[in-house]
Amino acid sequence: MSTETDTSASPSSSDKGQALLEFRKVNTHYGAVHILKDVDLEIYPGELVCLLGGNASGKTTTLKALLGMVKPTSGEVVLNGEVVNNQPISYRVSNGVTMVPENRRLFKRLSVLENLMLGAYLRNDKAGIKEDLEYIYDLFPRVKERLTQKSGTLSGGEQQMVAIGRALMSRPKVLLMDEPSMGLAPALVQQNFELIEKINNEGMAIFMVEQNANMALSIADRGWVLQTGMVVLNDSAEALLANPEMRAAYLGEA
Amino acid sequence: MVIKTLLVSLVVIGVVAFIAQQIDPSNAFAQWRNPGARALTADQFKGLVISGLSQGVLYGLIALGYSMVYGVLGFINFAHGEVFMVSVYTGYIASHKFAANGMWESNFLLCLVIVLVLATTVATATAILMERIAYRPLRNSPRLIPLITSIGVSFFLQNAVLGFFGPSTRSYPQLPEWLSKQYSIITFEISGTKLMVLAVTMVSMAGLWYLVERTKTGKAMRAVAEDKEIASLMGINVNRIIVTTFGVGGAMAGVAGIMFGLLFRAVHPMTGFLPGIKAFTAAVVGGIGNLGGAMTGGIALGSAESIAPMMILEPLGVPGVTQLKDAVAFTVLVMVLLFKPSGLFGEQLSSEDRP
Repeated sequence: MSTETDTSASPSSSDKGQALLEFRKVNTHYGAVHILKDVDLEIYPGELVCLLGGNASGKTTTLKALLGMVKPTSGEVVLNGEVVNNQPISYRVSNGVTMVPENRRLFKRLSVLENLMLGAYLRNDKAGIKEDLEYIYDLFPRVKERLTQKSGTLSGGEQQMVAIGRALMSRPKVLLMDEPSMGLAPALVQQNFELIEKINNEGMAIFMVEQNANMALSIADRGWVLQTGMVVLNDSAEALLANPEMRAAYLGEA
Repeated sequence: MVIKTLLVSLVVIGVVAFIAQQIDPSNAFAQWRNPGARALTADQFKGLVISGLSQGVLYGLIALGYSMVYGVLGFINFAHGEVFMVSVYTGYIASHKFAANGMWESNFLLCLVIVLVLATTVATATAILMERIAYRPLRNSPRLIPLITSIGVSFFLQNAVLGFFGPSTRSYPQLPEWLSKQYSIITFEISGTKLMVLAVTMVSMAGLWYLVERTKTGKAMRAVAEDKEIASLMGINVNRIIVTTFGVGGAMAGVAGIMFGLLFRAVHPMTGFLPGIKAFTAAVVGGIGNLGGAMTGGIALGSAESIAPMMILEPLGVPGVTQLKDAVAFTVLVMVLLFKPSGLFGEQLSSEDRP
C-alpha cells in the first residue's frame, strides 16, 4: 500500500504540515454490509472540524475506526504519520486521541473525581495529572464543587462538563466528540458549543460529529459530509453554509 | 400471594410462640404446637449467634466471588463453589504434609500461614484458568451459555477431585489446643477456631475493600463493571481486569476454604456444593453485584440458618429442627426473591443496564 501523503482533497491542508489523524481510503464492513467506502479524512493540529450526515451515514463508525473500536477492512488509519491499523485503543489514547462519547456515558456509580482520574488511567506522571486537574477545575468551577458526588446524580450540563474533563485528562492532541449536543436541554446547547469553541481556541484539535449542522458549522473551520458511507462534500465551513445543496439537505431549508 | 401470606404468618407465629416460650415454657400458647416447649438459655442463644456468625462470614467470603464476577460479566459462575472446594483440598494435602514431619504441632502458626498462601494461590489459579479456558471463548455469546458452561465446569472439577482422591471423607490433622479452647469475650463463649475465622475474614474483607475502593485496579474494576466499551476507551485492558476479578474472587474463596477446613476439619469431593449454593443465596440476599451486600447477606444467611430452627421451627413443633438448616437457607432465598428480588442493597436494574 502506498504511503505517500495525498492531501489534495482538503482545501486548507497545504499550509498546515503533517496531519494529526488521517484516514487513507478506509473501508469498513459490518458483516456483509459495506459501511465506510474509500473514506479520506485528515485532521490538522488546532483545527475544529465537523462531520455531518444523516442517520446511518457512517458517522459513528468513522469515530470508532479512528479509535480502533472498529477495524478497517482496507485502507489506513494514520496517527501522527504512523499507521495504527493494528494498534489497540490504549495505544491511540496514549498517543493523543480520545473521545467524548455520545450521551456522555459517565461511570454513574463512580464519583466525579474517579471519573476524571480514569481519563488519566494510562498516565503515570503525578505532577502532570495534578496540573491537568487544576486546568479542568479552572475550566469548570462547577465540577470542582462536586468532586465526591456520584456522577450519576449530576445534571445533564454538569455531566457534559465531566465527560469533556475526563477526555481532557488523557492530555489529547485531538478530541473526538460524538453528538455533543445530543440529550442536552436547548438552553445548554448554545453554552456547549461555546465551550467547544473555547477548548479549541486553546489549541486543541476537535473532530465533532453533530446533528445540529447549523450550530456545528458556525464554529467549525471545515466540514465533511458523509452520505451512505461516502464523503460527498468536503469544504470550509463558510462554503458549506453557503452551499445550496447543503442548505437543502442538512440545514433545514427547502 | 398465598405463598407470601403463608410464609410471613409462619415466621410471625413462630417468633411469637418463641417469645411466649421464653416468658414461661408452660404457657398455653407456647404449648399449642409444641407440648415439650422449653425456654432457651441465654448461653444457648449466644452459642447459636456465634456459630451462625462464623458460618455466615464464610458464606460471605465465597459470595464475594459470585458477586464480583456477576458485576463484571453479568453471569453467575456456578463453578465458584468448586474453587472453594479445591482450596479445602489443597489445605488438606498441605496440612498433612506438615503434620507428617511434625511441624504442624511444633510451629502451627507458620504452617497455617504457608497453607493459607498456598491454598489461596491454587484457588486463584483455578479461577483464572476457568475464565481462560471455559468462559473467555464464550464472552460474546448469550448469557445463558456461560451459565450452563459454569455448571459443566463445576461437574468437571467435582469429578476430577473424585478421581484423584476417591469419594471418602478426608479429615484435617488435629488442631493445637489453644484453638479448640473456649474463650470468653464480652460474655460470649467462643472457640479459638471461630475467633480465628472471624479475624481472618475481617482482614481479608478489609483488604478487598482497599483494593476495590482505593487502588487504580479497583477503580478500573468498577469502571469495567459499569461500561466495558467506555472503560476500554479510557485505555483500560478489559480482559486483564476480568481476569483480575476472577482471581480476586478465587482468592477470597481460597481463604474461605482454609477457614472451612479448620472449622469442620473434613473434606470430600462434594464439599463445595452446598457452601457454594448457599454463598450464591447470600449474594442474592445482599443484592448481587454489591460487595458489602454479599458480606451482609452471608452473615444474615448464616445467622438465619443457625437461629431460625430454634427460634421459629422449634416453637411450631417441627420435629428434628437441627437438621433443617439447609431448608431454612433456601426458604430465605425464596422469601428474598418473592419480596425484594433486588436483595438488601441491590439496585433496581432495567434490562438495558445489563451488559
